[in-house]
Amino acid sequence: MMNKSILVVSGLTMDFGGIRALDRLDLDVGPKEIVALIGPNGAGKTTFFNCLTGIYLPSDGDIRLVSPQTGRGSRLNGLKPNKITKKGVARTFQNIRLFSQMTVLENVMIGRHCRTSSLIMGAILRTRKTRKEEQETIDKSYDILEKVGLSEQANEFASSLSYGAQRRLEIGRALATEPFLLLLDEPAAGMNPQETADLVTLILQIRDEGHAILLIEHDMKLVMTLSDRIFVMDYGKKIAQGTPAEIRVNRAVIKAYLGEDVGPDNA
Amino acid sequence: MDYFIELFCSGLTRGSIYALIALGYTMVYGIIGLINFAHGEIYMIGAFTSFIVATVLSIYGFPLAAIVVVAGVAAAIWSSAYGYTVEKIAYKPLRHAPRLAPLISAIGMSILLQNYVLLAQTSDFLPFPELIPEFAFMEPIAHIIGSSDIVILLTTTVVMLALTFLIKFTRIGKAMRATAQDRTMALLVGINVDRVISATFIIGSALAAIGGLLIASHIGQINFAIGFIAGIKAFTAAVLGGIVYSGSCSGEPDSGPDRKFCHRLYFQ
Amino acid sequence: MITVKEVKRSLLVSLWFVFLTFPLMVIKVNPYERTVSWRWSNMVYVAIGTFVISLLAKAWFVRKERRMARQQDSCHARIPIIQRILQRPGYRYPLAAFLLGAVLAFPHLFSTYQANIMTTALMYIVLGLGLNIVVGVAGLLDLGYVAFYAVGAYSYALLNLHFGLGFWTVLPVGGLLAALFGVLLGFPVLRLRGDYLAIVTLGFGEIIRLILENWNAFSKGPSGISNIPRPGFFGLEMSLDQAMIYMYYLMIGLLLVTIFVVNRLQDSRLGRAWLALREDEIACQAMGIDKTRTKLIAFSLGAFWAGLIGVIFAAKTTFVNPASFTFMESAIILSIVVLGGMGSIVGVILGALILVLLPEYLRALSEYRMLAFGAILVAMMIFKPEGLIANVRRIYCYQGRKSNTALKNDE
Ligand SMILES: Nc1ncnc2c1ncn2[C@@H]1O[C@H](COP(=O)(O)OP(=O)(O)OP(=O)(O)O)[C@@H](O)[C@H]1O
Ligand SMILES: [Mg+2]
Repeated sequence: MMNKSILVVSGLTMDFGGIRALDRLDLDVGPKEIVALIGPNGAGKTTFFNCLTGIYLPSDGDIRLVSPQTGRGSRLNGLKPNKITKKGVARTFQNIRLFSQMTVLENVMIGRHCRTSSLIMGAILRTRKTRKEEQETIDKSYDILEKVGLSEQANEFASSLSYGAQRRLEIGRALATEPFLLLLDEPAAGMNPQETADLVTLILQIRDEGHAILLIEHDMKLVMTLSDRIFVMDYGKKIAQGTPAEIRVNRAVIKAYLGEDVGPDNA
Repeated sequence: MDYFIELFCSGLTRGSIYALIALGYTMVYGIIGLINFAHGEIYMIGAFTSFIVATVLSIYGFPLAAIVVVAGVAAAIWSSAYGYTVEKIAYKPLRHAPRLAPLISAIGMSILLQNYVLLAQTSDFLPFPELIPEFAFMEPIAHIIGSSDIVILLTTTVVMLALTFLIKFTRIGKAMRATAQDRTMALLVGINVDRVISATFIIGSALAAIGGLLIASHIGQINFAIGFIAGIKAFTAAVLGGIVYSGSCSGEPDSGPDRKFCHRLYFQ
Repeated sequence: MITVKEVKRSLLVSLWFVFLTFPLMVIKVNPYERTVSWRWSNMVYVAIGTFVISLLAKAWFVRKERRMARQQDSCHARIPIIQRILQRPGYRYPLAAFLLGAVLAFPHLFSTYQANIMTTALMYIVLGLGLNIVVGVAGLLDLGYVAFYAVGAYSYALLNLHFGLGFWTVLPVGGLLAALFGVLLGFPVLRLRGDYLAIVTLGFGEIIRLILENWNAFSKGPSGISNIPRPGFFGLEMSLDQAMIYMYYLMIGLLLVTIFVVNRLQDSRLGRAWLALREDEIACQAMGIDKTRTKLIAFSLGAFWAGLIGVIFAAKTTFVNPASFTFMESAIILSIVVLGGMGSIVGVILGALILVLLPEYLRALSEYRMLAFGAILVAMMIFKPEGLIANVRRIYCYQGRKSNTALKNDE
């Protein structure tokens, strides 16, 4: 298991002044695996994502990424966010961060940025290479929109989308960067049951296409149906890990979520 | 050595005045996260108002003490009124606008106010009446530190102590600190955020007016453009001293002198 | 539409302004002769003026609110008329042809003096387009843009003075030097947050001006450098009038090139990245965009254009001194961008024409010019933050597999 993992985090620690938001956290994700990261509010889940994607610089610990294609490993600590994305890790944000004054399609096209290369001269002269690249960007972005079910709204402003659609667009935008590891921060937050069901289908489809997924979610039903493995955090520490079935009956988890005296059947 | 001390004193004097102006920047920045480009102009208007009032009173033959008090009060009142109005017109409608909007509006306000004073008054340099007399008891050390330096240092110290008290112990001060930390939360716990922001502008402007009066009488002349340069200097000082609200205003006992020292280092 | 309540409110506003402007508008002292003049008439003007403005502003906001409400009902964004015309190719080309004809014939229809003013306006359009990349598209508030303009102007003046280099040689050199300055300044500064960037660039502009003013050995100080040659045309001798007209056509050429280039840049991978950067830097980085590099490119490209126009400015006036490069100049160029509509090329052109030509033709009002600038900046932000012409997003066409399969099905 360990030697096949594409992401191995060991001893990750993050301090904000006096607050220790992450405390020697270990976690690993295998290829094509859906791993869920759960925990009460303020447990440090988003902080963990921010450390992974280079938005925060971890105080201590090690993040290693192994590309499934080349099999080469690299250390992510201290890399800039854009470098990490280029290495194949993409994310969505808990509080949606779309480019609201750009169209839906353009949002996805931005995701293609790190897989394309034309610069000033290409743009001014519109060389054949640039034109080809541009058309490719458009086509691939359309394909992605089709996949997340937004191709109808391709030319509307991102801000005009419904909440659920915005979350799907965020996933599409992340997919456009061609990641092999996709980090989803509460993708089902604010969705109605129908939208959530669609989301489950979408996530499974993305996995089947070969992406590994690390997922933060408070919707336990979704977590239990989707994940291969679950990591549970509280106060920055990992308190449990295992398959959904194991987590369901884990006393530490139940305690963290519901307090001391609640029986296991309430989880 | 004397020269150095003299330089030190004059630096300290000017630094402490700029600190008064800089406080206005920091307070506003702390509360609404905006560089109030028009703040330098508020200071200039303070200087102009005190100039006008002081000159009129002296023409009508009032005693010096009355002139100083009335001119200072008038400057503070009108500067505050301008600060309040500027916020209401140029910043309040833009609270939820994109990031650049209030900044550009602030630059516009700065240009507007400058040219308003230019057109309403004059573009010439005007001689500012000498409001602070040479005290006789200062005679022996007059070559090191002048009377006006002493008065300025005393005034700024008193004003800063008063501000510290206000921020730390009064209701409005508490509300201001709360708003600076988290405006939405402050709103949720029932703080009238609009009022707090207005109060911030009023207090900051009054400080600038006092600074304007002091500098003008220290240098001896004023002009419509003094606000721009002073604004830049004070802003730089505010950045050097740390623009974070709590650091400069929450009243840590050492923040005053520290701040002044920064200014001094920068302006000498 | 206007209720009694609003009239009352406006009355209060006007009373407040009477109080506010009292010392500065009414009293005027002469400290030398020790006289005071009380200008009570000003008070009346202020009262009436603010009353009217307050009513108008209120009416405008009411209208805007109603329109927003209607828009939400109908779900259709209202596209301004100019844009609707520009969007239709049927209108676009004849319009462009007409404009081009008018522009080319201009110096022959009007006097050289008019052509000269027009040249100035054209220069500001190009400056505006350059700054538009930085502020409008990439969202970097650059308040020291004039510094790069100065670099261009002084590089022509100095290179010509010391090495006798001609206009056409220095034109690219000036641009590149300015771009280099842009990189040098941008590299440390672009990491800063927006408002810090504003203040640092502002300081940079002032520093450049102060250097030019005080370093006599280098730049000849405040007296400036004169006798800068006008641009040559294959060694042809030209009269002053001809030189002016030549300058005009040169600017038209440069403007067309600029529009072409800026248009293509905006509509490219880079242009999209700039826009995205303007909206959300963190999301941008998470999408794999190198923040610093992308900003730096925008910053130095903007500087490049300022440098070009600087060279042209030196050649046009044949004289440069530091007084031409004050903060006000930066402010004017910025207001062109803001007034026109950030990110919109047509908007910038309109903005420049309005801000440069209006004061030119309304000489009587010229002393109110800067006052109006300030007022316009504020009013624009309050009433129409998107500018005269809002930028519309392009619609891209899908040509990938779907259409191919559709074709195959047809066969
Ligand atoms: N930039 C920061 N500075 C200081 N403290 C922070 C910062 N970011 C997060 N924290 C703290 O770290 C802790 C973990 O926050 P985090 O956002 O990671 O929680 P979370 O598990 O994502 O919660 P939720 O389920 O509500 O999203 C919290 O106590 C938070 O206050
Ligand atoms: Mg979170």
